[in-house]
Amino acid sequence: MEFNWDSLDTWTVVIGGLSAVAAALPGCFLVLRRMSMMGDAISHAILPGIAMGFLLTHTRITVVMFIGAACAGLLTAAFTQCISKYGKVDRGAAMGIVFTTLFAIGLILIRQSAQHVELDPGCVLYGSLEYSVIDMLQIGAIELPRAAVSIGSVMCINILVITFLHKELAISTFDPALATTLGISSVLMHYILMVVVAVTTVAAFEALGSIIVIAMLVVPPATALLLTRRLSNMLTFSAVIGMLSAFLGHLGAVAIPPAFGFQATVSSGMMAVAAGALFCCAWFFSPSQGLLVRLRKKGGR
Amino acid sequence: MWEDKEQKGLVFPLILVILALLGGVAEAALPTVEGKADVWKLVTLQSYNSRLVILSTTLLGVTSGLVGVFLLLRKRSLMGDALSHATYPGIGLAFLVMTFVGGEGKWLPGLLLGASVTGVVGVSLVSAIRHTTFLKDDAAMGIILGVFFGAGVAIMKMVSNLPGADAAGLDSFVYGTAASLIFADFLLILVVTGVVCGAAILLLKEFTLVCFDESFAISQGWPALRLDLIMLALVTAVTVVGLQAVGLVLIIAFLIIPAAAARFWSHKLHVMLLLAASIGGASGWLGSGLSSLLVDLPTGAVIVLVAATIFIFSMLFGFEHGILPRAVRQTRLRRKVGRQHLLRAIYEILESRQPDTAEPVSNLPIDLVLLSHHRSWSPAELQRLLRTARGEDHLEDELPGRVRLSESGFGEAARVTRNHRLWELYLIRYADIAPSHVDRDADLVEHVLDADVVRQLELELQGRPVRMFVPPSPHLIDQPSG
Repeated sequence: MEFNWDSLDTWTVVIGGLSAVAAALPGCFLVLRRMSMMGDAISHAILPGIAMGFLLTHTRITVVMFIGAACAGLLTAAFTQCISKYGKVDRGAAMGIVFTTLFAIGLILIRQSAQHVELDPGCVLYGSLEYSVIDMLQIGAIELPRAAVSIGSVMCINILVITFLHKELAISTFDPALATTLGISSVLMHYILMVVVAVTTVAAFEALGSIIVIAMLVVPPATALLLTRRLSNMLTFSAVIGMLSAFLGHLGAVAIPPAFGFQATVSSGMMAVAAGALFCCAWFFSPSQGLLVRLRKKGGR
Repeated sequence: MWEDKEQKGLVFPLILVILALLGGVAEAALPTVEGKADVWKLVTLQSYNSRLVILSTTLLGVTSGLVGVFLLLRKRSLMGDALSHATYPGIGLAFLVMTFVGGEGKWLPGLLLGASVTGVVGVSLVSAIRHTTFLKDDAAMGIILGVFFGAGVAIMKMVSNLPGADAAGLDSFVYGTAASLIFADFLLILVVTGVVCGAAILLLKEFTLVCFDESFAISQGWPALRLDLIMLALVTAVTVVGLQAVGLVLIIAFLIIPAAAARFWSHKLHVMLLLAASIGGASGWLGSGLSSLLVDLPTGAVIVLVAATIFIFSMLFGFEHGILPRAVRQTRLRRKVGRQHLLRAIYEILESRQPDTAEPVSNLPIDLVLLSHHRSWSPAELQRLLRTARGEDHLEDELPGRVRLSESGFGEAARVTRNHRLWELYLIRYADIAPSHVDRDADLVEHVLDADVVRQLELELQGRPVRMFVPPSPHLIDQPSG
């Protein structure tokens, strides 16, 4: 088994790691608020936002895409809220209705505009890492991949948002009633979280495909939750687990298939799988509530 | 946790936005329609090319509508989401295995079998995670969805680079290609529809029980787990046959939207099932018809939009839970309660004016100020109540600063007050509620007391029905004999 680790691999891992951290931080709150499926919903629902951005401006400016996606994220949250509240529909079902409908609108918009823009629905899922690591951006004396810059800045924004709103987010997550009495609007916090998720999804999907966001929003936070019961630890753990799965995933993508006689596969998919493997480790071996510990407790009794 | 605070005004602008979006899509697409004759041909299935596609998607809509009702009632709609994403690696794996064994890699039954296997594995893992950790089912579904789909993406990429095997078209399972359905696919969908309908009819009672009260079902000795597994098998079957036609994202819409739309019209399960099946079928029919008219539109997406339109319509106008009918009912009830409060307040004031309780209460005009103090109504509120009461002929013509009940209003006021007191007495005697608290407790129920209950209360509390004071007739009244 032999492969050459070059700068492209490094950049892939860096971009993957940045996306993972950017997604895992808001993901912690999603998991704690029992809204994990919102990540999946939003990552599908941003499609019309992005397509609208294209149609209206006919450019692939990143800012336009971010705005379109943020709007789509907000709309998803608001529509879900409306349908579940005024239609008395189960929240999961409401979410399913909204995101599939928005996704369908997005597919149609893309198909309609396919003549003049090169936007392939496939690239939303898989991304195009092969190109995004080559697409370099010159900043001063350093040359960085454009994707790394955009996802890196989104990650910084996410860290800032979570640092500044740490108290508000935490209180409104664990005790919405207390939050309301303290004058914190849990609705506002909810929508802020949705915008953060949507923007992160866009930033990551260009480089790695939305699949990595779907996985990284939920899997590292859930893994961290199996290891610790403190919010600050959970945030740190999930970031570390995210980075680790980016590295292991890329390693797996270049190393495992050749071992069976295949060519290397897409890293984003393998990063999700690596995150799943880390989750399984925590599931079985977590020192506080792993399956093994539980089994031993049961046997001892 | 984020349900509570939101202005009611938000709902209508949002619905307008949806409609505008849908309208915009239709507007963008419509110029490509060729003529009315074509539409008719399509709808009546005369066009050979689209007959198969339309029939397939219609059947798919019917069966996913049926299955979706059970998913919705079990609050497991998103299970379809996790399941459909979890089928993706199965397709790649099946292709890989079949290629290695030396067969045709894209043999459809094999691919669908692979999809079912990983789908079922995924769903079982969801329930394993839920039962062995304290993670909730949303997190469990999110984990399985992300990891399995990621694995699927990785495997697909691997097999697409496989030398000597043609994997082109495998990724059509993500977005679906209804146009490429062949007769065999149609037969498969037909068989699945038959099985699903048969199971829904045969197991209707059992499914109903498990859907509405699982613990009761278990305590009665029904095999709830096995029934759940059968349900899961049906969902898997529908999802897997739907993959090819509409893709793994939009099949979720097939499972959820018709069922959720049907819920607005009825809460009887068999009506819901019929409605969901018809809504699903109609969306499939109309959607695939439309998409074959409008060149180049993805069939699955158009069907979903048709279903979403039906959903919005149902959400607004559905008899049972629709927003508008519910609002009308609530307004009516609120008006009735307001009227009863007003009448009782007037009657109580009239009563307090007359210290002699043996005499019947007489109908005199009373001050508005007195009235508004009696229940601390704001002037605007009081004016609204009076307007309604006047509209119902319960008040005499307007007197400046005073108000007087009409003949019918006076009778109604006496009736309302009597019902209130009967209920109060009942509560004091049989529910042990302190007399100082009973007024508010009685208020919760008295507005919905019907005549039968009032008769029963009278008998219970006074041993005889109450007679209103009516002077005896001054002449003989002929009783029809016999």
